[in-house]
Parts: sequence; structure tokens; C-alpha cells
Amino acid sequence: MPSEPQKFDFPDIKEVPSRFRNALGRYRIAINKSCNNCGLCIELCPYGVYKKGAKWPKAACDHFCTGFTCSINEFYCVNRCPEKAITVTVNPAFEILGDRRWTADLLASTWHMAETGEIPHQGLNYKTGDSGGGFDKLRFIFPKENRGNEEGFEDVSTAIELNRSDDSRPKITIPVPFYLGGMSFGSVSIITMLSRVRAAVALGTFCCTGEGGYPEELMDYDDHIITQVATGLFGVREETIKRVRIVEFKYAQGAKPGLGGHLLGDKVTPRVAQMREAVEGSALFSPFPFHSVYSVEDHKKHVDWIKETNSKALVSVKVSTPTDVDMVTVGSYYAGAHIVQLDGSYGGTGAAPDIAKKNIAMPIEYALPKVHKFLLAEGIRDKITIIASGGIRTAYDMAKAIAMGADGVCLGTADLVALECIRCHHCESGRGCARGIATTDEELTGLMELEWGTRRIINMYMAWRHQLIAILKKLGMKSVTELVGRFDVLAHLDYIKQEEIEGELERF
Amino acid sequence: MPPKYNIHTSPVPNRFQSITKSGVIAWEEGCLKCARCVKKECVYKVYEKRSLDTRQMLDTLDSECQDCFRCVQNCPNRLIQKGLNPTYKVLGDHYWTPEIISSLWFQAETGRIPVSGGGYGGPFSGPGFDAMWTDMSEIVRPTRDGIHGREYISTNVDLGRKLMFLELGPDGSIVSPAPPLVEIPLPVIFDILPWSPPREKINLSLLECAQSLGTFTVVRQSDLTPDLEKYLPHIIVHVDGKPENLPPELIKRLRMIEIPDSENVMAVQAMLKEENPQLVVIIRMPLNSNASERALQLTGQGAEVLHLYADEYGLEEVDQPLFIKERVKEIHLRLVEEGVRDQITLIASGGIAMAEHMAKLIICGADALTIDIPLLVAMECRVCRRCKEGIACPVEIDQVDPAWGSARIRNLMAGWHNQLLEIMGAMGMREVRRLRGEMGRAMFFEDLEKEIFATMGKRG
Repeated sequence: MPSEPQKFDFPDIKEVPSRFRNALGRYRIAINKSCNNCGLCIELCPYGVYKKGAKWPKAACDHFCTGFTCSINEFYCVNRCPEKAITVTVNPAFEILGDRRWTADLLASTWHMAETGEIPHQGLNYKTGDSGGGFDKLRFIFPKENRGNEEGFEDVSTAIELNRSDDSRPKITIPVPFYLGGMSFGSVSIITMLSRVRAAVALGTFCCTGEGGYPEELMDYDDHIITQVATGLFGVREETIKRVRIVEFKYAQGAKPGLGGHLLGDKVTPRVAQMREAVEGSALFSPFPFHSVYSVEDHKKHVDWIKETNSKALVSVKVSTPTDVDMVTVGSYYAGAHIVQLDGSYGGTGAAPDIAKKNIAMPIEYALPKVHKFLLAEGIRDKITIIASGGIRTAYDMAKAIAMGADGVCLGTADLVALECIRCHHCESGRGCARGIATTDEELTGLMELEWGTRRIINMYMAWRHQLIAILKKLGMKSVTELVGRFDVLAHLDYIKQEEIEGELERF
Repeated sequence: MPPKYNIHTSPVPNRFQSITKSGVIAWEEGCLKCARCVKKECVYKVYEKRSLDTRQMLDTLDSECQDCFRCVQNCPNRLIQKGLNPTYKVLGDHYWTPEIISSLWFQAETGRIPVSGGGYGGPFSGPGFDAMWTDMSEIVRPTRDGIHGREYISTNVDLGRKLMFLELGPDGSIVSPAPPLVEIPLPVIFDILPWSPPREKINLSLLECAQSLGTFTVVRQSDLTPDLEKYLPHIIVHVDGKPENLPPELIKRLRMIEIPDSENVMAVQAMLKEENPQLVVIIRMPLNSNASERALQLTGQGAEVLHLYADEYGLEEVDQPLFIKERVKEIHLRLVEEGVRDQITLIASGGIAMAEHMAKLIICGADALTIDIPLLVAMECRVCRRCKEGIACPVEIDQVDPAWGSARIRNLMAGWHNQLLEIMGAMGMREVRRLRGEMGRAMFFEDLEKEIFATMGKRG
């Protein structure tokens, strides 16, 4: 239990609009030529959809529009416009945006949170996707007496402790139950990397380097960085291991369990090549598995090596979710790991074979309860920190993962969406991401500014934290640590009906 | 060590422009003629490369566009939009989905396996093959195949009856007769197509490809023409007429033959083997609730290979059908229980649409499998099934050049082979023979749901 929760000074929200001229929302507004520029729409709309233009108003922020549901309001611009010049239509692009896991609603909600730091007001489903199972079918059971209790947000703690072992290494408390996962320099741009790191600093948490070395730009933020030791050992040096407070071993990753990382030749620019001590323009493969580890004893040797090199660092072990994920976790604990990160099979950001993403290893929703119960039975659950990752898209996913047995979560894709990733899935091709996020191309990297990126990520996570506290309050909890492993506050819509429950299920 | 099995690939262009998920809609009216037009800034240069495919009167724009939305989001007068392509939406059906079809097209065109960034975007699970996941191994396993592989993964399988032990004579010589075995380098055989336009050139494509891969194509007895003679070592003749009508010289030259299950099927098998003792006889039988009993019976009577078939959706052709993977599991386990599983080879077919289905069906107990519709899709089939009604094929598959067709199918099979290696590599397996029936190395939806979710929300 963290000793002094809530002393942390969280950053303020500052609005950060889209980098693009036209933000994408569910509705589109057109103003036709009969507009007489009376400005009534600007005055009426409480969502700030309209801005003053040179000749007539512009629906500059139609992504804030609540659409046809607004027609019940007396301020509904379409009805009130004296010239009947305004039309609202559904944005056709919304139909092709996103996918079953990251629906158009989730993308637009995340963009909204990143822009405003607020929960979306447009009627978007910001809690669940449309995958038809797992998180998307799970709901919280809120006891009726706690509904509507909106006061005392400051009294709820969202802090977690990362070192729960009894060893002499430092305790590390983070004020939010998450840190940011590894995305290597090379797979994402330096601006993306720094935006994430700086957001982690502002939120008092950590950001992992991924397997691509430790660019010198990160040195100012050493205390908030997790450096990764992965199978390719790219950019791993004694000096980088000594510099940080947490070192992460990546045995496997959820996006491609059982396969190594792969950076295509196009992305291996001179800078990337130098960092990784490789040849410019030639594709880089991380092998799988660690060729120095063929047993749990070898694994312990690995952990001991890090502990020897850095006497203060905590050791995290990132594994995927095979059938025996529970045994793997126990093995890691006995080898001396402080943190085990379970990376479920539906997440990941980098390039991976589609067959692996879909089929190999199990979704995190199954792995967490399995591991939690097994560790409880072993009597070691309170000695290790379990971090869940791989497919956590929203604050609700985060809260559900914790209720299913994680202490906290690790995030990646959500950050990219905050930076206006549109999930076109073409991160790996040619010059890389056309939107300047997952690229090392200089021109494309220049599409994003550091301050903008940092702020967007901070805003989104501040909105997440707010939602997490609201959930905890509705459950009558004072700390996120009370939520860990509370299967009884969750219901799966396929197996339990509202009638069987004492309490309320949310619709989404 | 024998040489590594490698399927040679090279890009084989489409004859027709493929159907894309979304389309660009760009209006000219209202264009401000900006000096720096968003169209010129396209990262993929789709507007510059744009041309008109005169034959089909189609714009190349949509097949080049990668959906980055930058032009949509930056055009000052919002003149560019993207919308769902209605033709894409209606491709195939509920089982042969637009996603599956376009992924098969990609593999047949490029010979590469589909790779993408940004995690998985599909449903959590689904019916049939989507209700299982395969295992991986964190640390303890040998080197995998591929770029780093010192030891490689074998995808060879043996078709035929296997001996459980050898009988030795008093002088130590082997007296048990060794039944013939046919080894194929990947666990896939090309089957009779459920429907197709006139199939002369299609058959040639299949045969040419089967030959280059070292596997087989099933050809109906009634389709056998003299010009197919050079492919005989790669043909499994499916006896759709009277077995007596097969010329003995033909039987002598075949390595495998397939006969439909019937009351006197074992007598037919005996007759054929009389003619050619080296012949491997496959008995084709439908999957249904009697199948495990029948499989056991036939195994006891000396059958060599059973070909268990379901329909093109992987379902049994009965009132309350079971999905292929469930029934194959049942049959496999039944034979294991009776201690006879290793004597017989099980080939399964029906509804195998993706590489992952192949791996999953083998895990559920099949030794090998046959495929049909994906072979057509490799040749640009849109699964519209108009040929079934006698309407002309919109992509003229009956007119394909067999060299083109076989190269497309070879690309697809290379993709499937590599994906099978990915799955086995992740599990730490080096033999597809060992993958068969390894249900402990898979995770099943029903089991996990029961264990994890069904108990949630219950107090105490």
C-alpha cells in the first residue's frame, strides 16, 4: 500500500486541437450560400462548433457537434438559423474509420479526450468497442447507493506501488495505475518517443524505451524511463542499464507472441542504424527467443545480471500469454522479478503477421484472472506487481483489467491514437506512417510538434484518471488497490442478466 | 539433413483490378486551386500515379490509397471524402468474408504473408475456427525456422497406413509387409472444386502447381483426359464412376486413388490394391454423427487413409450439423482411445479458408487437409457463385493461362506454408507431424469462457 497517496501535483489541462485542418467527427455541417452572417449559430452553440469566418461563420469544429440528438434543444442551430442555411449530415468517413476493436466511436472519443481532457459529450461510446467479447462484453456492477456521488474526487487514490517485494531495493510509487509501453526509436519518431516520455514525467509515471537503444534526447528524463532488454539486444549497454530505475526484459510481445521484432530496411536510417549498431537500410530482426535462456534457471541468471549491473533498479519481465502463463509468472517471481507484464495477444503497435496477431496466445482478459488466482493460491500475489497490456484501449478497459487481477496496466496504442493515429495499419510500409507518428522519415516526423504531442497524451490520461476515480467512487472504493482481483464487481453480458444482479449494469 | 523445403515466389499481377474496401470521392466544384494542393502532398503519390484502367473503366486511385486520410482532413474546402465501397461489402458471404477474400488475393499476388502494424482489429472470437487460439512458448524451445534458423521446421506428412510394430521371422528378417506411404512436403492437397466455370484450364493450373509443390490434385475419373497424362504422379483419381471401368494400366501408374465410402468399400480397396500393391487408397466419407464409429470400423478393416469432408462452410450436410473442427476432434480422440489412431491417416476438408484454419484443424486431429475455394480465389475468384447458375465468370477464370494460374496458387501456398511455420515456430515445434492432435497446445473459447467469465459477478 503506498504510504502517502495523492500528494502528486497533476498537470493542468490545456486544449490542443487537431493538427489537421478538419478534425474527424461523426457529423459534418455545411452552411450554404443563403447564410446572411448574422452570427446566431456562433452565439447559440454551447459546444463551440462555429467560429467567425471572413465572410460567414465556419463550422470549424463540427467534430464537437452532437448531431440530430441536438434537435430537442432550443439552441439547435439547424432550426434556429433564420435563413435555414445549415445542414447536418452523418460523416461518410465514419463508416470506414476504425475496426471492431477500435471503433470509429473509440477513435473519435480518444481524439476528443486528447484535445480537451474531457469525456466526450457527443454521445460517442467511449467505454467499449465492438469486438463482441472480452472487455467489450464486461460491465461493472455498481451498487445503487453509490450512484451519482460526484464529490470528493481528491480523496480517491489512483497510486500503485511497483516494488512489492521485501528486498532492499527502492519502493517506487506511481500516482496513476499505468505506465507507457515500449515503442522503439526507429519504429516511432523521436518526437513521438519524447512526447510519450514527457507525458509520463508530467503524470509521475514511466515510459519504456522499447528495443532500439536509448537516444540521448531521453537523458533528461532518466528517472521516468524503463529501458528494455530484448532478444536482439539492440542498443543495450551497461551504461543505459545503470541509468534507469526500472529495467524490462522482453521475452515476448502480445502482437507477435513467439516471434521476434522486425524493423524494415526503409526505416533503418543512419541515426537508427547508429543507435542499434547496425547497417543503414538493412532490415533488422530480433530473434526469438533469448538464445541465452532455455530454462527458468537461465532466466534467473538474466535477472541476476541486471541486478548486479544496477543495484537499485527494479526488474520487470514482459511475457506473452501462452497456455501456461500462470506458471511463467510464478517462475519469474522466483527468479526475482519485481514486475511481470502480461502482454495479451490482441494489442501491440509494431508490424506483425496478421496470423500471429489474431491466433497466437490468448487475449489478456483470460490471462489475468488465471494468473491472479494462481498467484493467490501460491501465496505470493502480494509480493509481485502484475501489469496488464495488449488491447487496453480505454479507462474502462483499464479498470476492468485491474478488477480481473492486474495491479496496473501498460499502454501504447492509445497514446498513438491521442497523437491522431487513424489506425490505417500501414505503419510498416515505405517511409512509414503518413501521419508522422510511426516513422523516421524527416519530413514526416516534422508533421508533429513536441509540445502538441506531450499535451495530447497528458490530456487523454487525465480524462482516463477522472473516469477511473468515478468508477472507484461508484464502487465505494477509496483506492485503486482495492479494485485488484474483484471479479465480483464485474459481469459478463453473456452469462449474467440484470435481474440476477444487485446493482446496476451500465448499458455500454 | 535433407534440403530445406522452399516454395519459390514472385509477384504475379492481377488481371482485374481488385475490389478495395473504401473509395475516394473528390469533387472538382468549389476547388480553390491552392498553390500547395493536398493531392500533391500525398505520401503515397496516389493522385500522381492515377490512371484509368480502360478495360474495366476503373480508376486506379482506390487500389493505391492507403487510408491515411490526410487529404480528407487537410483540403480547405473539404472536397475530398472517403466512403465504404458497396461492392466490397457484398463480396463472398458470411463465411467467405471480404476480409478473407482480399487477404487471399494479396497472398496470391505477392507470395508474401499479410503483415500489418497497429495490433489486431477483428472480433474477440467467433464461431468455428475463430473459437480457438494456438499456444506459444516463452523460453524453452529450439531455434525457429526462418532467417535465424539453424534447425528448420518440417511440414512433411505421410499418407497411408502405418505399422505399429515390425514382425520379425526366426532369422531376424522383417516379415510384416510394409504398406505403401506417400510423403508430401506440406499438409495440403488440392481438392475437387465445389463449383467453378468450365474447368479445363483451371485443372491445368491446379495440376501444374501441385506438381511444382510436390503435392497432389484430386481429379475426377470422368475429367481424366489424355493431355493430363504427364501429371499422373501428382493426380489422385477420384473414382466417380464404376471402379471396374478404370483401365488396369492406369491403376498401375497411380500413386494414390480416392473412392467414395460404401458398403463394399473395402472390397473395392482390395481390388485396386490387387492391381497395384503400391497404391495408397483414400476413402472419402462425409462427416456426421456416425463418422467416428465408421472411422473406427474402417480402421479395423485395414483402411489406409480417410478423407473426411464437410461442406464449403465446414458444416456437416445434415440437419443439426457440427463444425468440422469439433467432429474431427471427436474422431481423433475416439481413435486415440481405441489405440488405433496412428495406424490410419486422416485428411479433412471443408471450410478451410485461411492458413490458420490449416494449423488449427491439424491441432484438432487431422494429418493433412484438402482445399478448394481458396484455389479459385487465388485466381481472382470473387466467390459470387454465379458459375453455379451457369452465368459467365466476371473475372473469366475459365480463360486463365495455366502458367499464370499455377504461379498465383503457388504464391498463396508459399504464404500458407510460411504462416504455418510462424504458428509452429511460436509453439517451439519442428514437425507438423507432431502438431497433429496437440490440443494441449491450443486454447479453446468454450473452456476459457467457462473458466474465466461464467463465474464473474457472483458474490461470495
